[in-house]
Amino acid sequence: MNQPAMINRYRWYELAGIYAGIFVFLSFILSPFVEGFLVSLKPLGLLFSSPYRFLPENGSFEAYRTMWVSVPGFARYIFNSFFISTIVTAVVLVLVVPSAYAFARFKFRGSGALLAAFLAVNMFSGAVLLIPLFRLMRSLGVLNTYFAMIVPGVAFLIPSGIWLLRTYMMRIPRELDEAAFVDGASHFYTLRRVILPIAMPGITVVAITTFIGSYAQQFIFALTFNSKTEYMPLPIGLYAYFGRQEVIWNELMAASFVGIAPAVILIFLMQRYLVAGLTAGAVKQ
Amino acid sequence: MSVRRSTVIFAWILLFPAVLYVTVIVAYPLVDTFILSFTDASLKKTTNWVGTANYDKIFNATFAEVIARTFVWTAFSVTIKMIIGTFGAVMLNAAVPGRALFRVLTMPPWIVPMAIGIFMWGWMYNGQFGMISGMLQNSGLVDGPVAFLAHGSTAFWATIITDVWIGVPLVTLYMLASMQAIPQDLYEAAWTDGAGRFYRFRRITLPLLVPSMITMSMLSLIATFNSFDIIWILTQGGPNGDTTTMIIDTYRTAIGSKKYGEGAARAVLICIFLSIFCIAYFRVTHRLASGESR
Repeated sequence: MNQPAMINRYRWYELAGIYAGIFVFLSFILSPFVEGFLVSLKPLGLLFSSPYRFLPENGSFEAYRTMWVSVPGFARYIFNSFFISTIVTAVVLVLVVPSAYAFARFKFRGSGALLAAFLAVNMFSGAVLLIPLFRLMRSLGVLNTYFAMIVPGVAFLIPSGIWLLRTYMMRIPRELDEAAFVDGASHFYTLRRVILPIAMPGITVVAITTFIGSYAQQFIFALTFNSKTEYMPLPIGLYAYFGRQEVIWNELMAASFVGIAPAVILIFLMQRYLVAGLTAGAVKQ
Repeated sequence: MSVRRSTVIFAWILLFPAVLYVTVIVAYPLVDTFILSFTDASLKKTTNWVGTANYDKIFNATFAEVIARTFVWTAFSVTIKMIIGTFGAVMLNAAVPGRALFRVLTMPPWIVPMAIGIFMWGWMYNGQFGMISGMLQNSGLVDGPVAFLAHGSTAFWATIITDVWIGVPLVTLYMLASMQAIPQDLYEAAWTDGAGRFYRFRRITLPLLVPSMITMSMLSLIATFNSFDIIWILTQGGPNGDTTTMIIDTYRTAIGSKKYGEGAARAVLICIFLSIFCIAYFRVTHRLASGESR
């Protein structure tokens, strides 16, 4: 038997300890989802009754049908979330790809400071800048439109995109650029025909993390800059299940699961890229 | 010389769109916040210069409490996040069957829209019918229902726990990545010398993880200081302001009461704190990076 295999062999009690630890950890992470799913199966009458029962009696998927009836616009909210995230991702990529290349390849006076300035943007959440952003959106005349959620959303996703892609591009051998340059290719041609194709996996990672970031963080801008029902994204749209008297919890949970299903499927398909993306950011250059 | 100059021009052309965008959407609002904080801007048409009146109004006992609360809330949240997140990373780093699946299962709180995770916690904290109160009652630990979000002290901890839950996946995945960057031959050398598993963990893994832990704590500190969605959805800063952090306070003043000037003064204070954290972060990571190369 070779060394690495021997070194990784666990005694039974070590194995038991590790699995117990993983179980406790994942229970904390997953219990809200388990409970949320069970709630979506319970009839409202059972939910609002004591004593508390964890498992649903005569549970059904009824809420997954009635949620579309109680809030007819729900499909629209999911579409809005996807639409906003897609546009945000596209704009971020257009802005990030050239800048990441510039930061990865060219050293010029102030480049370090400029990169630091970009990273500093990450430190300020949109919440701090809401007042002037609100006034800015108002004077641009985009309050209560998709743009009110897209425009600020893009800005706060640029820094991590640049950081991630810059790290990736720095691993591409410089000789490739130089060879193209010696052959008489222009800078622009080199970027488009030599670097972009090689950097595609990195760009994919940035696209995925940006999309997820945008999908997950639509709350505050939508809450503040948009009051039109037809443009509301999923997180705000879910408030439609908060009735005057009580929250329709089973439908709210059903709607949450329907709303996150597309994103979760995407993530399971792309999880290798996700972990790779995070690791790339973690390895210092 | 001319090649160098054309390179620099090309670099600036590449950077221009992103720089312009961030200037208009982040830098300009930052400056505007500062200017607004010296005015009485509101929904009224006219805006007057009021000097430091907004700042004078802020500095009272209530606001000092808000600042203190923000720091305590953030400190607890970051500490718990780091402990649980690192614990998870250590467990998931073990070479046991199923670990690829376990790693994927760590991600949902981070990936799912925050509001949805928060709604689920909101239900679990429900006093009458929620899971936590229900389980506690069924097991006989408490007599009556516990409405976690209705009382100051429980609401304070409830919002922290939810913030921890959302922040843990990133800590875990980051720490996991740093653990896997530790050269395997260190472990093999120690193993050959007869070092046990726990000894290897204590003498190799832990010391080499310290830089990553510091980096992650500082990143987490900045993100947590900015935390808005969780408190806003769960309590809106209540009950009686017991979960009102600086961000929530600013939002209430500026967007809720439409007092833009007073809100801006609060935002400026947040920016000052964040800048301090930010400078500390750059200093520390810089020192860590130069320490590594030595």
